[in-house]
Amino acid sequence: MIHWNSLADFLAMGGYGFYVWGSFGMTVLIMLIEPIAVARNRKITIARLKRQLRAETRNTAE
Amino acid sequence: MKDRFNLYRFASPATFYPLAGAMIPYFVAVSVVFGLAGLWLGMLVAPTDFQQGEGYRIIFIHVPASWMSMFIYLVMAFWAAIGLAFNTRLSGMMAQALAPTGALMAFLSLWTGALWGKPMWGAWWVWDARLTSELILLFLYIGYMALTAAIDDARRADKAGALLLLVGVVNVPIIYFSVKWWNTLHQGSSVNLAKSTMATTMLWGMLLMAMCFWMYSIAVAFMRVRTIMLERERNADWVKTLLAGGEK
Repeated sequence: MIHWNSLADFLAMGGYGFYVWGSFGMTVLIMLIEPIAVARNRKITIARLKRQLRAETRNTAE
Repeated sequence: MKDRFNLYRFASPATFYPLAGAMIPYFVAVSVVFGLAGLWLGMLVAPTDFQQGEGYRIIFIHVPASWMSMFIYLVMAFWAAIGLAFNTRLSGMMAQALAPTGALMAFLSLWTGALWGKPMWGAWWVWDARLTSELILLFLYIGYMALTAAIDDARRADKAGALLLLVGVVNVPIIYFSVKWWNTLHQGSSVNLAKSTMATTMLWGMLLMAMCFWMYSIAVAFMRVRTIMLERERNADWVKTLLAGGEK
């Protein structure tokens, strides 16, 4: 069922290893970095909005 | 009083925000399952290509990334049209949330294409109709993001961005049909509903990976649109309640 005879065989990709893994590597990198960046941006935005909201309520209370 | 189901209710950010939040984990889970199945079929089971050896395996990300880059643009253009026609708030936020993911998909399409072109054609890049129109798509995404970022008023930014999206949509059929309309170095489509030129395991591996990319894109866009909603609706009561309640 499995097409490959060994791990080395799989990694070499019949001589196309650089091209195949260069493609998959970049894809994995982007699909990890993008959600992390989005989550980080969300944290920063929420913290800022909370600060603004607190400042606003303080001002109206005075 | 009768409690009627109303589709328009979901067009309101206050309703869509929690709904999107609840759906994200499912889209992530489904994306991972499709991805693992697709990688298993494509990378471990599918046979060697008789012309391109093992190098053809780049197809399992190249085609899904290219499809998504075009599809996301169409979805953005759809939201642009809805936004211009009905002046709905949600549509601009949706387009805004999709743009970076679409740009990354276009970039991945070009990157994997270069890594595929080099061993097969002997060149990282050629000014072929398919490649050039895909590059223009990347520029359209970047142009849309730069344009909307340059306009301070969100609603005006949405309108200007929507116009750019609708004008640029002409590029999508050009990309899609470029391999038919012109003599391109880029190969024609391998997927055909009537008869596919690919082995069954190759085809299924590719379709599973396409589903993985699709679900991934929805999950990330939902994550992004939720932040955009909080930002834009910060003066609305529902956002203030959420923030006061310690929304993370």
